[in-house]
Amino acid sequence: MQRIGVFVCWCGSNIAGTVDVHAVADALKNEPGVVFSTQYQYMCSQAGQDMIKEAIKEHRLSGIVICSCSPRMHEATFRKTAQAAGLNPYMVEIANIREQCSWIHKDMAEGTEKAIILGKAAIAKVNLNAPLTPGESPVTKRALVIGGGIAGIQTALDIADAGFEVDIVEKNPTIGGKMAQLDKTFPTLDCAACILTPKMVDVAQHEKIRIFSFSEVTEVKGFVGNFTARIMKKARYVREDICTGCGLCTEKCPQKKVPNEFNLGMDNRRAVYIPFAQAVPKVATIDPNYCTMLKSGKCGLCAKVCTAGAIDYKQKDEFIEEKYGAIVVATGFNPISMEKYDEFAYNQSKDVVTSLEYERIMNAAGPTAGKLLRPSDGKHPHTIVFVQCVGSRCAACDERGKEYCSKICCMYTAKHAMLTRDKYPDTDVYVFYIDVRTPGKNFDEFYRRAVEDYGVHYIKGMVGKVTPDGDKLIVRGSDLIGNKQLNIEADMVVLAAAIEPDKSARPLATMLTASMDTNDFFTEAHPKLRPVESPTAGVFLSGACQGPKDIPDTVAQAGAAASKVIGLLAKNKLTGNPCVAKSDELMCNGCSSCERVCPYGAITYVDKEFRMPNRTTLVRRVASVNEAVCQGCGACTVACPSGAMDLKGFANKQIMAEVDAICK
Amino acid sequence: MQVNGYKPLIVAFCCNWCSYAGADLAGSNRLSYPAEVKIIRVPCSCRVNPMFILRAFQRGADGVILCGCHPGDCHYTSGNYFTRRRMAALFSMLDFLGIERARTRVEWVSAAEGAKFAATMNDFVETVAALGENKRLEDLRCKR
Amino acid sequence: METNKYLRKEIIRSSGVNPLKCMKCGKCSGTCPAYDEMEYHPHQFVYMVETGDIEPLMNSKSIYKCLSCFACVDRCPRGVEPAKVVEAVRLAVIRQQDKNHLKADDIPAIIDADADMPQQAIVSAFRKYAK
Repeated sequence: MQRIGVFVCWCGSNIAGTVDVHAVADALKNEPGVVFSTQYQYMCSQAGQDMIKEAIKEHRLSGIVICSCSPRMHEATFRKTAQAAGLNPYMVEIANIREQCSWIHKDMAEGTEKAIILGKAAIAKVNLNAPLTPGESPVTKRALVIGGGIAGIQTALDIADAGFEVDIVEKNPTIGGKMAQLDKTFPTLDCAACILTPKMVDVAQHEKIRIFSFSEVTEVKGFVGNFTARIMKKARYVREDICTGCGLCTEKCPQKKVPNEFNLGMDNRRAVYIPFAQAVPKVATIDPNYCTMLKSGKCGLCAKVCTAGAIDYKQKDEFIEEKYGAIVVATGFNPISMEKYDEFAYNQSKDVVTSLEYERIMNAAGPTAGKLLRPSDGKHPHTIVFVQCVGSRCAACDERGKEYCSKICCMYTAKHAMLTRDKYPDTDVYVFYIDVRTPGKNFDEFYRRAVEDYGVHYIKGMVGKVTPDGDKLIVRGSDLIGNKQLNIEADMVVLAAAIEPDKSARPLATMLTASMDTNDFFTEAHPKLRPVESPTAGVFLSGACQGPKDIPDTVAQAGAAASKVIGLLAKNKLTGNPCVAKSDELMCNGCSSCERVCPYGAITYVDKEFRMPNRTTLVRRVASVNEAVCQGCGACTVACPSGAMDLKGFANKQIMAEVDAICK
Repeated sequence: MQVNGYKPLIVAFCCNWCSYAGADLAGSNRLSYPAEVKIIRVPCSCRVNPMFILRAFQRGADGVILCGCHPGDCHYTSGNYFTRRRMAALFSMLDFLGIERARTRVEWVSAAEGAKFAATMNDFVETVAALGENKRLEDLRCKR
Repeated sequence: METNKYLRKEIIRSSGVNPLKCMKCGKCSGTCPAYDEMEYHPHQFVYMVETGDIEPLMNSKSIYKCLSCFACVDRCPRGVEPAKVVEAVRLAVIRQQDKNHLKADDIPAIIDADADMPQQAIVSAFRKYAK
């Protein structure tokens, strides 16, 4: 028989407000096995924990039940407390009487009754608990960073600087991500390339970092400390180890009409290309969709001009398998498609551009070499209208847009407007805004400067319709403060498109079994206290894959993710989860049902000798669980026809006892 | 939730990674659902043995709901697919026994769907309350 | 501010619009082709119904200037449907004039004879039922 102690927490008034904690403690006193029952204001506080420790010693408790908040919150805290008092940490059970009782019920009697039943269920379970000891597993001291934008770069650099090996997998031919496409950055107006490219070079030169560019992760197996990833290096038809990045091939290639994705299709590149001058790795890539040689076998000009002999038309996709201790997701974002926004005439006029396209137009390395020229006729625009919140802050049912605020648009629009007025004072700039949201250091000052010093016309209202009229665009919008409708004859319209997670994030989340929210942003383990960890152990989040973020936030989060990874990789051994499957060999009939359902391949069958009557032995085939690999899902326990397989910590008997206690 | 003074008893099995967190979120957002719902935490919806559900009915539960991660989002990769198949088989057996199908349910609730959790529970309790007491499977020897 | 709780409730009920969904961006008024003709603009309709300030709307000619083109409904990012609010205010006025309902058979006669019935009301009714 267990000697159980029950501790009911008030949680200030969070629990005590709707649950009569004294009544709960009294009612649970007489449950089987309970020898001690009490209540206290804050069980998780130092005083509360000391009280638990004393009670364990004084009453020689063999198990404890804490009626408090969700076990997801403080289970680990109370387990540590129990351990400190010499009790096995797995002899602790939590009855969730806050999130699942006091917070959702308003009636005191009802809440108290439910709290008592939840307490009884936990007591019934503890009565059947057994001390558990976690197994240990080694940690592979290498991290995988998926995505080579500023988030991935910063995370990789921070981890590598701590002395651990890092691999970056980037799906594009170069690292750099969205930040490489930007012109200036708010609120300081540093040139993006000037602060990013040195970091890219640092990555390339760091002895601990390997870059797999033009590569994708296709499969991830394993668990925290022991992941195995399969990486596909897509054929770039250029040998990365030999190519010097001289760029001769890209000048000689006769196929000149390939839309340049780095400039968002606003100009053309060749079929063999280096995305931009500062690309890392600076290696050419052949686009098989356009290369004449790869399509029809005739040409081969690039191979002829390449002095290094790096062109290899026969290159195939290559697969690499590598072990990792931690995985960082840094898949970033994309602007949403403007194709469906007919009212803004995005499809009808080339002069209606997204902000990222405008960024390229303003960039010295962009399609217009930094001159502000209209995409349609190359003339200098004199009136530019910026439209904010295009596709952001839509109703949940809206199929074109997103429900959330994209966070960065207010600031980059202010930046674009300011830079435009700065470089071209003869240009009239209008910004239609719903709200200007500038929470951030020096952000509001920046926006006010755009208005006060640079004379940008901010109009409270929204554009309803853009109509191309000759070489002009008629922008009809409301001016809510002036209480009038405006018809602005503009030369260019810039749409601040909402941002969404990269399309590669969803399949990656499935691969990693990391959870996502309804917008396909990765979910964090705790929205406030664990913002850079995914709920899946060993998977960390960096940058805009977790939610819209500007560069300072991204870099801060990247560093935070790196520090979490370093903390993990610094350990030599990880204590595993002791709640794993266990097979009763005497009951196992060797049917292999459990082996087939196990998602981790943790179950193997072994021939084992059993002693039989009259000094005989019998060799039988029985299941054996590899405790280091088993994650404790329990699929095998249900599949087992003979009832031999059970899950420690969530045993059949324990769950049955909980069911009985609830239904009593 | 009461229908003609009758309160149903609902047992909810919730997967630790999604629905249990969803229930916590419903709590954090103060989204109320009837107190008749009692949650049992399991590591994965696939840990729920059909025996547990039968046991609950035998002991007098009026409805049993099983909540797991959305298909494809299982923390253990494939657990909820097992759940889906097992429960389809169990429910058709219950059907065969004449137990109302509405007394059992499998729902997918993610950790972000607190509102869905509360709505699901409200709806389920309402449905079960309308059906009345579970008599067919209740073991008279377990009668309170 | 004058509030008319009964009318507010009635208009919200008959239009099926929840004015609290409005985030006050003004896209409806930015898109309205009849804006200059109207004394109160689409976004004001939504706001004034929200605050219960409905009499001015009923007394204004704006309700007959609305073309019921549904551009505002189509483009509202929050799915508020301002045109339906305008329609509901219009109906509230018509109801007070004892023109409670319209039968299909009566319509030709009304169009021909009844000068009291604003033509816009008939057009918008057709549009509404045809949509």
